[in-house]
Amino acid sequence: MTTTPTRHLYDVVVIGAGGAGLRAAIEARLAGKKTAIISKSLFGKAHTVMAEGGAAAAMGNANSRDNWMVHFRDTMRGGKFLNNFRMAELHAKEAPERIWELETYGALFDRTKDGKISQRNFGGHEYPRLAHVGDRTGLELIRTLQQKIVSLQQEDFAATGSYDARIRVFQETTITELMLDGDRVAGAFGYDRESGDLLLFEAPAVVLATGGVGRSYKVTSNSWEYTGDGHALALRAGATLINMEFLQFHPTGMVWPPSVKGILVTESVRGDGGVLRNSEGKRFMFEYVPDVFRKQYAETEEEADRWYTDPDDNRRPPELLPRDEVARAINSEVKAGRGSPAGGVFLDISTRLPAEQIIRRLPSMHHQFKELADVDITKEPMEVGPTCHYVMGGVEVDPDSGAAFGSVQGLFAAGEVSGGMHGSNRLGGNSLSDLLVFGKRAGEHAAAYLDALPSRPKVSRVDVAAATEVALAPLARADGENPYTLQQDLQAVMGDLVGIIRREGELSDALKRLHEIRLRVATVAVGGGRRYNPGWHLALDLRNMLVVSECTAKAALEREESRGGHTREDFPKMSPQWRRVNLVCSLDEGGQVHLERKPVPAMRPELFDLFERSELAKYLTDEELGEE
Amino acid sequence: MTTATRPGVRARAAITARTLRTDRWWLAPLITFLGLTAWVTYATVRVFMHKWFYVEAYHYLTPFYSPCLTDRCGDAAEFGTPLPNFWLIPEASLTLPFLLLFRLTCYYYRKAYYRAFWLSPPACAVPDRHEKYSGETRFPLVFQNAHRYAFYAAAIISVINTWDAIRAQATGLGLGNVILWVNVIMLWAYTLSCHSCRHIAGGRLKHFSKHPVRYRFWTFVSKLNTRHMLLAWVTLGTLALTDFYIMALSADWISDLRLIG
Amino acid sequence: MKRHFRVWRGDSSGGDLEDFDVEVNEGEVVLDVIHRLQATQTPDLACRWNCKAGKCGSCSMEINGMPRLGCMTRMSTFTADETVTITPLRTFPVIRDLVTDVSFNYEKARETPAFAPPAGVAPGEYRMQQVDVERSQEFRKCIECFLCQNTCHVVRDHEENKEAFAGPRFFIRAAELDMHPLDARTDRKQHAQQGQGLGFCNITKCCTEVCPEHIKITDNAIIPMKERVVDRRYDPLVRLGRKIFRRDQLEAAGESVPRATPATAETPSGRRLPESPALGPDGRLDIAELSAPIQGGPSPFGEDITFPLPPERVTYHHPDPS
Ligand SMILES: Cc1cc2nc3c(=O)[nH]c(=O)nc-3n(C[C@H](O)[C@H](O)[C@H](O)COP(=O)(O)OP(=O)(O)OC[C@H]3O[C@@H](n4cnc5c(N)ncnc54)[C@H](O)[C@@H]3O)c2cc1C
Ligand code: SF4
Ligand code: SF4
Ligand code: FES
Ligand code: FES
Repeated sequence: MTTTPTRHLYDVVVIGAGGAGLRAAIEARLAGKKTAIISKSLFGKAHTVMAEGGAAAAMGNANSRDNWMVHFRDTMRGGKFLNNFRMAELHAKEAPERIWELETYGALFDRTKDGKISQRNFGGHEYPRLAHVGDRTGLELIRTLQQKIVSLQQEDFAATGSYDARIRVFQETTITELMLDGDRVAGAFGYDRESGDLLLFEAPAVVLATGGVGRSYKVTSNSWEYTGDGHALALRAGATLINMEFLQFHPTGMVWPPSVKGILVTESVRGDGGVLRNSEGKRFMFEYVPDVFRKQYAETEEEADRWYTDPDDNRRPPELLPRDEVARAINSEVKAGRGSPAGGVFLDISTRLPAEQIIRRLPSMHHQFKELADVDITKEPMEVGPTCHYVMGGVEVDPDSGAAFGSVQGLFAAGEVSGGMHGSNRLGGNSLSDLLVFGKRAGEHAAAYLDALPSRPKVSRVDVAAATEVALAPLARADGENPYTLQQDLQAVMGDLVGIIRREGELSDALKRLHEIRLRVATVAVGGGRRYNPGWHLALDLRNMLVVSECTAKAALEREESRGGHTREDFPKMSPQWRRVNLVCSLDEGGQVHLERKPVPAMRPELFDLFERSELAKYLTDEELGEE
Repeated sequence: MTTATRPGVRARAAITARTLRTDRWWLAPLITFLGLTAWVTYATVRVFMHKWFYVEAYHYLTPFYSPCLTDRCGDAAEFGTPLPNFWLIPEASLTLPFLLLFRLTCYYYRKAYYRAFWLSPPACAVPDRHEKYSGETRFPLVFQNAHRYAFYAAAIISVINTWDAIRAQATGLGLGNVILWVNVIMLWAYTLSCHSCRHIAGGRLKHFSKHPVRYRFWTFVSKLNTRHMLLAWVTLGTLALTDFYIMALSADWISDLRLIG
Repeated sequence: MKRHFRVWRGDSSGGDLEDFDVEVNEGEVVLDVIHRLQATQTPDLACRWNCKAGKCGSCSMEINGMPRLGCMTRMSTFTADETVTITPLRTFPVIRDLVTDVSFNYEKARETPAFAPPAGVAPGEYRMQQVDVERSQEFRKCIECFLCQNTCHVVRDHEENKEAFAGPRFFIRAAELDMHPLDARTDRKQHAQQGQGLGFCNITKCCTEVCPEHIKITDNAIIPMKERVVDRRYDPLVRLGRKIFRRDQLEAAGESVPRATPATAETPSGRRLPESPALGPDGRLDIAELSAPIQGGPSPFGEDITFPLPPERVTYHHPDPS
C-alpha cells in the first residue's frame, strides 16, 4: 500500500460534520469558496444527532417577555460569569435568526397553537426557550443541515455537472495533523478509515468543528469520536486552549444496565415535570439550592408543582437548577447512602404525567428505556446518575470571527471544540444554538480571511513525510502496548482522579500517571492492515486524548476554587478573584503542556447594567464593582 | 470515503447461507398460503353450486349470491333477473368480479400473496429466488394501481349487503340475522379501513388544519386502517361463516335459532 | 457467562464466518459483545458505531439473519445456548468485516430534490400547524440506518434494480416533502414514480418490519405516495374535480415558476449528456480562470511536483511476473 498521500485542493477545509461544521461549510460555500467537509464517521452521524432537548433561542414564542437580554443573563449566570461576554452576547442575539433559517432549509420544529416554533423549559433558562422536535432535536438539526448541503450540491450539479464541484464531503476520514507554512495554515493531513489511504488537503483556511473530549472518561454520554482531536490539532498548530478544567457532568445518565452506563436521559424529562427522589422517596433537590440561586427557585413542593402551569407567579422547581448543581446533589445523595440499587437516584415521570403524554413528549426516552433497560417509564421511575457530557473548554478564539488565538493564522474553531462561550458551565440547549451561531461566523470569516490572503501558503514535503510516519508508526511496530488497554487506563485515571469532585493530591497523582501513559502510548502497536482497522484508529486518537487530558488535569490543579464544572473538595467556595482568571494551555517546543493565566475580558458597561448589582456582588470582586 | 462511490464494482460479502434467519420465518407465509387457498376453494365451489343460497322463510341471502340476478333466485331477486341460467354464470356475476378485484388489488392482500404465493420475498431477508424483478412497474401488475376503482365499487356492494341484512330483518330476529349483521359490519370496517379510502378521506390533503372535518374522518379511517390486515382475515371468516350457515339452513341440515318470532 | 458467536470476517475478496466464545454479562447488547471481542481477541475487527443508544444509525448489521441495530439488540432476547451469528449488511458492497459501503444511499439522497422554500416568506415568518407537520415529522425521525434499504428485496435480491430504485428511505423523504405544508414543489409525485421507481415496491412491508424507529414506512409513506400518484395519473374523478375547479391550470402555473433546485427530477440516477464547461454571458470561457491560483483542475499530485519524477520517487511497482 502506498505511503504517498492523495492530494486535494480546497479553499476551506472544515474538519467536523456536526452542527458547527456543516453550518460553517454552508457559509463558506455560499461565500463562493471551494469547501471540503471532513468527518470521522458517516455523513449525518456526527455527535450532534444525539442532542435531545432542543436549541435555545430567545424567540419569545412561548413567553413574549423573553428576549436576547434575558437569554444573555441566563447564559452568564449559568457559566458563573466566567463566559466570554462577547460570545454570550452574540449567541443570545443571533440564535433566533439561525433557528429561523433552519426552517427555510426544511426543518420541522414542533409548533405552538398559532403556528410558530414551540419552545420548552430547560434547566437554567428563565423562560421556555428551547426550540425542539420531540426529544430528537439534534437529529433534526443535523439532518436539516445535511439536506441543505445536498441541495447546494444539487445546485452545483445543475450548474457544472458535478455534485462535488464546490462542496464535497469526505466521510470516514480522520485528520491527524494540520500542515503549516510558517505561521499560516496550509492544509490538513489524514487518512481514509475505509481504505487506510493517506490524504492531504491543501487549503489556506481550516475550520475546526470536531466536538469534545468525553471519551477520556469511562462513564460518558459521548461516542468514540470525542477524543479531543480538534483540541489537540489546534495545540500542535500553535493555538491555545482555555477553560479546560471545566467539564460538564450531566446529572442524569442511565446507570443500569452496565453496558449503557452513561447514556443520556434528556433534561426535558425534568423540564416536563420529572422529579428526582432518593431511596427514601424524598425530593431531595430542595436542600441543594445554592445561595446565588435562592431567589429564582421554589422552596416548597407545592410552589414547584404550580410552576409547570403558571410559571409567571411561581418560582421554578429546583430540579431545573443548572446541571453542575444537580450533578453534585446526586453525587452527595449517593455518597450518603441514599442511592438507588445501581448507584444512582430515581427520576420519576410516571406519577407526574399520564402515560400517553409521556409517550408523545418523550418518545425516544420511552423507546430508549424500553429497548435498553426493559423499563417502562410510564409505569416506573428511571435510575440515573451523573455522566461526563460536555467540555466547556476549548480552542481560544476571537469572539467575532472564531479565529484561533495563539501563533497560528488561518485556523478557525466553532462548536464544542471552541472555548469561552459557556464559561464554567453550559446551559442545556445552548450548545445547539452555539453551533449555528458560531459555525456560521467561522465559515464567513474563514472565507473573508481567504480573500485578504496575498498568496496561498504551501505545504512542505518534510511535514507530510513526518505526518505520514507518525500515522503509520503503530502499524509498523512489531509488538507494543494494546491501544484498548491504554484507553482503559487513561479512562481510569481521568474518571477516578479528575472526576466530578477533585482534590489536590489526586490531581498531582493524575499528572504523574498521565506522564507514564504518555510513555506507553509512544510504544503502542496494532496488528492487521490499514483497511478499516479500529485498533489503528484508536492508537492514533490516543495521543490526542492524552494531551487534552493533561491540559484538563493541569488546569484543574491550578484553579483553587469550585465553579461550575470544576469542583475542588479542598476549595469548595467560589472565589471572585479566580473569576477574573482564565487558564490558557499551550504546547511548548518539546511538546510539553504549558499553562498560563490570562485575565477574563471585562463586560461592556451596557451589558453590566443588565444585571442587578446585588447579583453581581455574589460573583465579582469589590474592585470590579467599584469600577462601575 | 466521499459520499460518491469510487469507480470499480465492489463485491458484497460472500456469505454462503442463503438466509441465516433462525426463527420460523416460513410459518407466516405457509399459514397465509393455506388460509387463502382453502378460502378460495370453498368460495369457488359455493359460487358454482347454484343452490342452498337462500332461506325463504327468513329472507336470508348469502353474500356470495348477492345481488341475485338469475331466474334461479326466486324471491331473493331484489333487482330483477337479467342474467341467463347457465352453470358458468354465478348468480352475482355483476358484483363478484369487482369484489374479487377489490381483494386482489388490496394493499394487504397484495403483500400476503406476493409473499406466500409468489415468494417475492417469502419473508424479510430471505431471498426471493426470482431471476428478474420489476415490481408493479409493468403490465399486468401496474394495474394494481386501479385499486381505487375497486374500492368505489366495493363501497356500493357493501350498501347492497347492508340492504340484504335489512331485508332479512323483516321477519323477526334469529341467529342468522345476527350473523348477517356481524358480517355486514365487518365488511364495512374492512372497506372503510382501505388505504385508498384513507387517502380519499383526507390523506391527499396538504393542510389538515384547513379541513377540520376531513381531518377527523381521516383520523378515524387511519385508526381503522392500522387493523386492516386483521379485518381482511376477519371478513374472510365472516363471509365463509355466513355463507355456510345459510347453506346449512337452506339445505335443512339445521334450523335457525330464533330469538324473536 | 461465555456465549458462542459466529462473526463474518473478510473483505470484498472473500471471507467466512469465524467462531468465538465471548463473555456476556447481564443487560448487554450485541454491540457490547463486539467491543469485548475487539478489546480481547480481535483488535482489528471492523464495525461502525457511534451513539450506542439507537440514535445515529451507524451500527446496522445482520444478527441471526435479521437486519438490526447492534446497539439495540439485547442479548437477553436469545436463549442461553443459542449461537448468535453476526454478518454485515448483504445489500451493499462489503469493505471489511461488518462494515459495508453504503454510498448507494448517499447517491440516492442527492437525486431527491431538496426542500423548496416558499417564495416570499421570510425566515421567522413560517407558520405551520402541528397537525400539518406531524405526518412529515414521523418521517424525519429516520436515523438513516439504511436497514430498510438493506432488507428491501427489490435491491437486496436484484442488484440490477439499484439504478432505478431509490428505496424506502427515500420514499419517506419524498412523502415527507410532499406532505410538508410549505414545500413549494408540486412535482414530487412524478419524481417518486419516474425518478425513484416507486412502482418497484410491491408493498411487502419488510422495510416497516426492520425500521428501528418504528416508522410506518409502507402504510404512511409508500402507500399514500402510490395513491397520490394514482390521483395524478389515473383517477378520473379527481381529474374531473380538477377540471371543474380549474386546479390543473393553477398547478401548471405553479410548476413553471423557476426554482433554484436543479432539474434532476426526471433524470434517474444522474444520467446526463456530456456538456462543455460553463460559459460566461458573452459565450466565452470565464476570464477569471486566468487569475485563479491554478488553471484548469488542480493537479491530483499537488502543485509542488514537476514531472517527470526522479525514479526513486515513483511509487509504481510492477506486478511480480510469477
Ligand atoms: C447525548 C447528548 C445530548 C445532548 N443534548 C443537547 C441538547 O439537548 N441541547 C444542546 O444544545 N446540546 C446538547 N448536547 C451537546 C451538543 O450535542 C454537542 O455539544 C454538539 O452537538 C457539538 O457539535 P459540534 O458540531 O461541535 O461537533 P459534533 O457534532 O460532535 O461533530 C464533530 C465532528 O467532527 C468530526 N471529527 C472529530 N475529530 C475529527 C478528526 N480528527 N478528523 C476529522 N473529523 C473529525 C466528527 O467525525 C464529527 O463529524 C448533547 C450532547 C450529547 C452527547
Ligand atoms: S414495502 Fe416496498 S420498499 Fe418496503 S421493503 Fe417491501 S418492496 Fe421494499
Ligand atoms: S426509515 Fe427506518 S429503517 Fe429506514 S433508514 Fe430510516 S430509520 Fe432506518
Ligand atoms: S382494501 Fe385493502 S387496501 Fe384497499
Ligand atoms: S450505535 Fe448509534 S444506532 Fe447503534
